[in-house]
Amino acid sequence: MASTAHGSNAAAVRLAPQVNMTDLTTTTSEKEALVRFEISDLNFFYGAKQAIFGLNLKIPKNRVTALIGPSGCGKSTFLRTLNRMNETIRHTRVVGQILLDGQDILKMDVVGLRRRVGMVFQRPNPFPKSIYDNVAYGLRINGYQGRLDDLVEHSLRRAALWDEVKDYLHKSAFALSGGQQQRLCIARALAVDPEVLLLDEPCSALDPVTTAKIEELMFHLKDSCTMAIVTHNMQQAARASDFTAFMLDGKLIEHSETSKLFTTPQDPRTEAYITGRFG
Amino acid sequence: MSRIRLIWRKSLNVVMLTLTGVCAFAVVSVLFLILGYFVIHGGSSLNWDFFTKLPKPVGETGGGMANAILGSLKLLLLAGLMGLPVGLMAGVYLAEFGGKTFSFVIRYTTDLLNGVPSIVIGLFAYSIAVLPVKHFSTVAGGVALGIMVIPITVRATEEFLRAVPGALREGAMALGASKWRTIATVVLPAASGGIITGMLLSLARVAGETAPLLFTAFGNRFWSPGWSQPTAALPEMIYRYAISPYEDWNRQAWAAGLVLLGLVLLANLVCRFVLHRRGFSRSV
Repeated sequence: MASTAHGSNAAAVRLAPQVNMTDLTTTTSEKEALVRFEISDLNFFYGAKQAIFGLNLKIPKNRVTALIGPSGCGKSTFLRTLNRMNETIRHTRVVGQILLDGQDILKMDVVGLRRRVGMVFQRPNPFPKSIYDNVAYGLRINGYQGRLDDLVEHSLRRAALWDEVKDYLHKSAFALSGGQQQRLCIARALAVDPEVLLLDEPCSALDPVTTAKIEELMFHLKDSCTMAIVTHNMQQAARASDFTAFMLDGKLIEHSETSKLFTTPQDPRTEAYITGRFG
Repeated sequence: MSRIRLIWRKSLNVVMLTLTGVCAFAVVSVLFLILGYFVIHGGSSLNWDFFTKLPKPVGETGGGMANAILGSLKLLLLAGLMGLPVGLMAGVYLAEFGGKTFSFVIRYTTDLLNGVPSIVIGLFAYSIAVLPVKHFSTVAGGVALGIMVIPITVRATEEFLRAVPGALREGAMALGASKWRTIATVVLPAASGGIITGMLLSLARVAGETAPLLFTAFGNRFWSPGWSQPTAALPEMIYRYAISPYEDWNRQAWAAGLVLLGLVLLANLVCRFVLHRRGFSRSV
């Protein structure tokens, strides 16, 4: 099982967190892929109910890692532990270690962590403000002093939305279509220049054309950003990700290069899921 | 089914439909009846003098209620300054911070406070703001009305904050906003239309309160100097003028009622306008 294979070399990586993961990247890219997130023996509890069991995973830098699995398998919960969003829910508990560039995120200042690890949610959730103010929000609350206009434009361009909204920057964000709203939320997350972008089923409420736009956007963002995406859409995982992790009942079953996982899955449960026999 | 039974059922249907329709019509017409009645009886006394002149001594006709209009505004200002911030903050606590048990206690107490008869609140304000200084004052009236503003504001604030989707809070917190920052910059603005409406309606409600003013603001036939002296207020003037034996005073009571009614209706219309303009329904 791939996850145990990672567990065995986890100790070595912990000593030197930015180690070359050649075993994972040789076919994907000639560039070196470094580890951005390293999760070791992660357990997560909602009250007495355990939702994640002993999860080990490395999320490589400047790559897209897809998390797949049936509903309720804990993939969203896992994603939300990476920027500690689960802390907003009462009676939750994390046991284990999550390192971001070698630093323990559980000991970090949560505001600083969330500035470095942005998040896009399942349903577009623009603030009831203008398009401009939505993008500028993260900059303002983080006390950014420079020229907002430039950064707002830059962020909207990165989210491939600039051309559609440049003449309506001061209109309400609610006037945008669903797909535009979701790209606005991506622009809003990108404005604070996060190192990691967590995407929690970002396309589940969108049509195929808009979904394609967002996948293309993710492809371009790889230069500057590490991404982890939760998706129910297996084609999307196959198209848009470099690595795929399959979760079932709160456990990581298999994790490998996307091309490998979808063509030659090692675990029979992975095969059953990706061929549509359950889930 | 027998024919008689069918006729019985059909006629019962018609009777009930008519009954509910008539009652619904009665509800609507009551407001217009009141409005019409006030216009007929008070409209003739409603002139420029009514808004600009002081009351005339008994026996002289004419004069106005300028002091009562200003007094009512001063009382509402005080009530707003005292009651609205407290109500708003408590509502924020209830919706955003409160745990289960404590929130239940606050919510229950707030509802009880809302149900306390206004004369009892007046008595309370009398004991804390009149007795210690040994004279009636505008401030004491403001205290009484301020207490009445609190529960309505708390519940309106809580209700509209709860209507703000949780996704907005998560969106702000995912960008690194602290909880208070999230509430102040995203949640409260999203709910502002509703909250402002609740506040205006609570002020409109206490604007018509008479009982708590009788032994706090007391009433005054002249301009009230400053805040520590008794002041006239519209509802209190209506009460005194309506039970007086002078026909001219009675007419002026009707006119004052018309002004008060107009103010409350205006507040309602402003609320509707604010809500509509903010597109509140779209953000929920």
